[in-house]
Amino acid sequence: MDKNTNVLIVDDYKTMLRIIRNLLKQLDIENVEEATDGQEALAKLRAGNFGLVISDWNMAPMTGLDLLKEVRADGRLKATPFIMITAESKTENVVAAKAAGVSNYIVKPFNAETLREKIAKVMGNA
Amino acid sequence: MPLGKGGQPPPDGPRIEAAVRAVLGSMAGDLTAVEAALLAELEGLGRTVARAKQEIASLRVDDITQSHIPSATDELDAIVGHTAQATNEILDCCEVLEKVAGRIGGEEAAALGDAITRIYEACGFQDITGQRIGKVVTALKAIEARVAAVTERFMADAPARPAAPPPVDPTATEGRRLAEGPQLPGAGVSQADIDRLLADFD
Repeated sequence: MDKNTNVLIVDDYKTMLRIIRNLLKQLDIENVEEATDGQEALAKLRAGNFGLVISDWNMAPMTGLDLLKEVRADGRLKATPFIMITAESKTENVVAAKAAGVSNYIVKPFNAETLREKIAKVMGNA
Repeated sequence: MPLGKGGQPPPDGPRIEAAVRAVLGSMAGDLTAVEAALLAELEGLGRTVARAKQEIASLRVDDITQSHIPSATDELDAIVGHTAQATNEILDCCEVLEKVAGRIGGEEAAALGDAITRIYEACGFQDITGQRIGKVVTALKAIEARVAAVTERFMADAPARPAAPPPVDPTATEGRRLAEGPQLPGAGVSQADIDRLLADFD
């Protein structure tokens, strides 16, 4: 993955954003912006130039799944790699996310190696 | 059958009482053994209903809905706040250690970096526990609503009203409907299961 790629991380838990940001930093990914729900994320995505979205699912008012659907329905954003990192671990959630076009799915709690591996896979350098 | 308030049938308590009186009123002369047993059963039933009403009255539902449950949810919110504060302090320390590792270099820095990574991973507990506590708060509020509905039904002479069902938002998106938070251990699927499931789509 190009170290200059802009990454948007989305989670309503500020602590989780900080953890993911620090883990990304350990992977030499430092161009990271944050959003605390789907609506804020969508606004940032439309205003910016991001090469990867890493999003939680359970947020209000717009969930991560709804954000994913908006991204895939947007002509400019639809090809953006999108990783869901969530505590939602039911099969139906994974299936719904895949049907909506998720690039990969990480269940919380997760470790740094899983994050590295999934990023590498969706960015095409696994 | 006589109608109660608003033309509705009276609630169960008065109906049972009326039925007992009607049975007793129809009994002229000596009771047979079967009738005596039936009467005893009916009296016992009446006492049970009266005792249940007293026990429900003694529950002091106002305490549950106005004090106990709000207090419990406040305590749970405080737990989330305290764990978030502690987690952020741990993260502060990790960020300091990362800077130290940058100055040390070599194997020691690598070992320190690995340890810091494990701390970051472990700090994810705050998110999971926060979501679990949120589910408990939702459950407490549902219990509060059910208790209030059941008590109202037993204590008032008003017509019976079913307990309020959990609120369903017809406008909820698929993302909202499927958002349930963390599953209990063994109830959800593992990362390996998810990887296999996603691979099946490819």
